[in-house]
Amino acid sequence: MSREKILAAVAKNKPTLTPLPEIEDFGNPYADLVAQFTSVLMTIGGTAVEVSSWEEIQQYVQSHFAGRRMVTNLAPLADMAQQSWLTSDPHSLDDVGLAILQGQFAVAENSAVWVTEAEMGQRVTPFIAETLALVIKKSAILPKMHHAYAQIGAAEYGFGAFIAGPSKTADIEQSLVLGAHGPKSMVAFLID
Amino acid sequence: MNHSQAADKFNKDFDRTSWHDETLWWVRQKRDRAAFAIPEWEDLRNTASQIKHNVLSNLDTYLMEFEKNAKANGVTVHWAADAHEHNEIVLSILREQGIQQIVKSKSMLTEECHLNPFLAENGVEVIDTDLGERIVQLADEPPSHIVMPCIHWKKEEIGVLFHKHLGTPEGCADPSTLTLAAREHLREKFLTRRVALTGVNFAVAETGEFVVCTNEGNADMGTHLADVHIACMGIEKIVPKRKHLGVFLRLLARSATGQPITTYSSHFAKPREGQQMHIILVDNGRSRQLGREEFRNSLKCIRCGACMNTCPVYRRSGGHSYHNAVAGPIGSILAPNLDMTKNADLPFASTLCGSCSNVCPVKINIHEQLYSWRQVLTKSGHSPTAKTIGMKAMAAVLSSPSVYRFSGKIGRLTLSNTPFVVNNSLNPWYKQREMPEPPKESFGEWYKKNRK
Repeated sequence: MSREKILAAVAKNKPTLTPLPEIEDFGNPYADLVAQFTSVLMTIGGTAVEVSSWEEIQQYVQSHFAGRRMVTNLAPLADMAQQSWLTSDPHSLDDVGLAILQGQFAVAENSAVWVTEAEMGQRVTPFIAETLALVIKKSAILPKMHHAYAQIGAAEYGFGAFIAGPSKTADIEQSLVLGAHGPKSMVAFLID
Repeated sequence: MNHSQAADKFNKDFDRTSWHDETLWWVRQKRDRAAFAIPEWEDLRNTASQIKHNVLSNLDTYLMEFEKNAKANGVTVHWAADAHEHNEIVLSILREQGIQQIVKSKSMLTEECHLNPFLAENGVEVIDTDLGERIVQLADEPPSHIVMPCIHWKKEEIGVLFHKHLGTPEGCADPSTLTLAAREHLREKFLTRRVALTGVNFAVAETGEFVVCTNEGNADMGTHLADVHIACMGIEKIVPKRKHLGVFLRLLARSATGQPITTYSSHFAKPREGQQMHIILVDNGRSRQLGREEFRNSLKCIRCGACMNTCPVYRRSGGHSYHNAVAGPIGSILAPNLDMTKNADLPFASTLCGSCSNVCPVKINIHEQLYSWRQVLTKSGHSPTAKTIGMKAMAAVLSSPSVYRFSGKIGRLTLSNTPFVVNNSLNPWYKQREMPEPPKESFGEWYKKNRK
């Protein structure tokens, strides 16, 4: 059987055991984590919007995305969107114009936002929507990826993703185009 | 065609070669800016290299740990000793489902295993969903770069290709318009295909989860809409613990394209409700390479492509001239392990300048391994004939003082009296340069006269 064959060959050929290095977190070089997150997100095609209340998010959504099909599983925005999408066939989300989801936390160094299945409602939601909006607490912006994995710890999830900006490609002559397959734009609402 | 013949052909179009060269150098510069922005960059490279070394030194244990945890997560784990077995496993999963059409996101392993032609022969249609891969697939070519598969294509040519296959307006070469056309074309595939295949960037032994990195979101669009997800990975993709991902995700995209991180770093742990998830662990020569002490560090590679972007030979010869799924410097040290006869030319396709080793995020000593492969290949009789004859002639000349003095004299006489003998296209040193003015006498002759 191949399993035994492979494991035996690996066991025979592997070098002498060397120890794992300690992983440092390399500290926090950023005086203002919100500012750092915001500026990096801009360079990768996303937009950060600082808000002080859920009403402000509603206003922003109404003025920018009116007329689009919206989905969200966030209670304070429940009256803006339908709820039945959570149990529908994921293929039926093809025409979603805006998905508003919670981001567990974000990383200042690269503007990645950690979102798991629980926040996604359905796994495909943050990828299939034309615009993805993630709501992140300002206090939940961490400096670097090492802090991020310390925060995740041993948490269990079926699926989780770091999402940094909108879907993009530069496959045609290195010209950056937003919206390769997934969202053409991405908004991060940074809330107090 | 060997590398130097293929490179010769590539270089026939001077402007295109320069364009290719400059495009890749631009990516290299983006990498530099991204790397230099991180003060602890060198610490990160060291740490990553040490983690990978620990992985190699304990790989069997980690593989078993990964298998156990993935199974507990509800994932089916398969083992494939070689490319053929890998392809058969994929086909058997598809047959079980009665499936003849799949979507696939980028996986260099499936390129290495020649999965697409195998499935085509067996009546399965594969749609590559990474834009660059879709472009080369429509053109019936393999990717020429592991990160930027169609880096050798000009937008006007892609316009012609898309006009033919996707019905874009004739003469349209606008990247946004072409990308949008591909988006619509591929969205229909995502919505209708029931099986999605992906590669794997990292697999975590501690948790049984695996990570797939893309910018386009094509791996996620495929898998989250499909009933079955098949993930194919080389056995060296293991990392021991989840927290190690923090090190590799900081290095990968910066080294590859100069981005701070890929848009999506997707962590797949369990199948979605009602979905099947399969992982195929593939050896295909990796355990053999692990036993080659000089070359085992090549298994640390995280497939960022930085060594290609910086390589003066890759930039001016193009990925296809390497006739291997992974091109460039790293491909040239991996390929001889797969087939020593077929790939004997590749370790010679380098200037040994060492730039590849300098940019490698996991500190693989690529240029030293290129040099070592040359010795292994020459000793085992695999080196190119012309090179062997040349080396033997040189050894004969240098080992005898009288022959050496005589040859020097003939060389100087030829250059000054009958330059046409060397100034012609039969002499590779004459290509793109003039031969030098010959000195009147050798240093030996001068010394004899002037010694007082």
